[in-house]
Amino acid sequence: MIDLDNISYSYGGGELFSDVSVRLTAGSFHFLTGPSGSGKTTFLKLCYGALLPTAGRLRVFDMDVPALDRDGVALMRRRVGVVHQDCRFLDHIPVADNVALPLMVSGMNLSQEQSNLAELLTWVGLSDRAGALPPELSGGERQRAALARAVVMSPDLILADEPTGNVDWDMSQRLLRLLVELNRMGKTVLIATHDLQLIRAAKAQVQARVLRISNRRLQLAGADL
Amino acid sequence: MLAQMRDILRGDAPSDRVVPPAGFTAQLTLFASGAMAFLAVFALALSLAAGRIADRWSEELARSATLRISAPAEQMALQTDAALRILRQTPGVAEARALTREEKAALLAPWFGSDLPIDTLPIPQLIEVIETADGYDARGLRLRLGAEVPGAVLDDHGRWRRPLVEAAESLRRLGLVSILLIAGAMAAMITLAASAALAANAQVIEVLRLVGARDSFIASAFIRRFTLRALLGATVGTVLGVAGVALLPDASEAGGFLTGLGFRGAGWLWPLVIPPMAAGVALLATGYAARRMLRGLT
Repeated sequence: MIDLDNISYSYGGGELFSDVSVRLTAGSFHFLTGPSGSGKTTFLKLCYGALLPTAGRLRVFDMDVPALDRDGVALMRRRVGVVHQDCRFLDHIPVADNVALPLMVSGMNLSQEQSNLAELLTWVGLSDRAGALPPELSGGERQRAALARAVVMSPDLILADEPTGNVDWDMSQRLLRLLVELNRMGKTVLIATHDLQLIRAAKAQVQARVLRISNRRLQLAGADL
Repeated sequence: MLAQMRDILRGDAPSDRVVPPAGFTAQLTLFASGAMAFLAVFALALSLAAGRIADRWSEELARSATLRISAPAEQMALQTDAALRILRQTPGVAEARALTREEKAALLAPWFGSDLPIDTLPIPQLIEVIETADGYDARGLRLRLGAEVPGAVLDDHGRWRRPLVEAAESLRRLGLVSILLIAGAMAAMITLAASAALAANAQVIEVLRLVGARDSFIASAFIRRFTLRALLGATVGTVLGVAGVALLPDASEAGGFLTGLGFRGAGWLWPLVIPPMAAGVALLATGYAARRMLRGLT
């Protein structure tokens, strides 16, 4: 699914991490943790081609990401659902259209997807907020809408960057349950977070591996988590 | 490009929806394309009118010449008859005719008025010469006239016809260059407006790329908007321009040189080309701006 082989990433003259090697197999559940500024978001960006490694080999879905052209990157991203901490919506269109955005840009017939969309909004508990504009949503609603948008194309891989960063504990548990449910459906999940409580709660529900970025290296975290 | 234009007119609801409603760039594009189309109509009218003038002067003057006879009054009739006889014998001369007293008076009227006592003035006799399609040997004719009609001077109009036709041709070229400059200025303005719109929507574009939009999808949303705006603005500008040209004084009424500026017959159809051309310019300009901006994003 994702294969990083001796990956290094540098910017502004400094090296953020070096010689990172890891393989995320299909259907696995991973957490990525580490102190602020350690490169968690950068790591996720490498996984969906928003950044390219300065050294090493990066393959996603058996494709050599640095070798992809712009259309190739776009097509790869249709197989990756990304949830950002700040969600990133188009504020001028309703939540339902934001959730359907990946379908729109892929040229899919929206009228044929209406029942699936309604089902998806119900699954994330936003069926009554479908017509609202993103600025009208609460933090938790925004995160759930972002998750719905990330999975609307039924992607093979879900990347979440601090998905519970702006929500209370109950809402973070609710989001976690949704992610675990997706993993049980066979999706590969990688969550970047510094929330150890969330990791512990997840490990009670699903077999999850925890990767930690520390001192520019990626390590498998110990059992203390 | 035609297929792209057809797609633009057909519309694409998803790509239309993802770009926020227009800001000042919409008004800028409408105004710029409208103003440029208005100017293009006048440049086109100038070019077509100059072309007509060049053709007319070329045709009317190319096959005619004037023979001027300056002689003492007692010899005038003799020399005129001799000149007419020579001209009628000259191969390539279709017709030779001495201007009547009234015709000479009419030629002088613009300068001296219609009541000029023409009979009391030593005015040369003029003979209008019309050539055949093959033309005559001007050098040979001059030599013969020089020998037999000493007071005759042959003017084949070439001396003053050439600069006039060249001036009209230059005017036509100037009109065409103006149209090209107008198209270039419009392209530059629309490129600027599109670049501003793309920069203002950088976050939207980022989100679209994030969810897997191809560059062509993102670009088409902007291209469609700017092309339609340019088409609308240029249509309004063209209608106003054509109305302006139609309101110009008619050549037959005023009779002056400049009043001939306008369209004639099928020439009125030429302005119809301007709006689609403006839309084409907008399509290319926005496509260029979008490609340039998108290349800088991941």
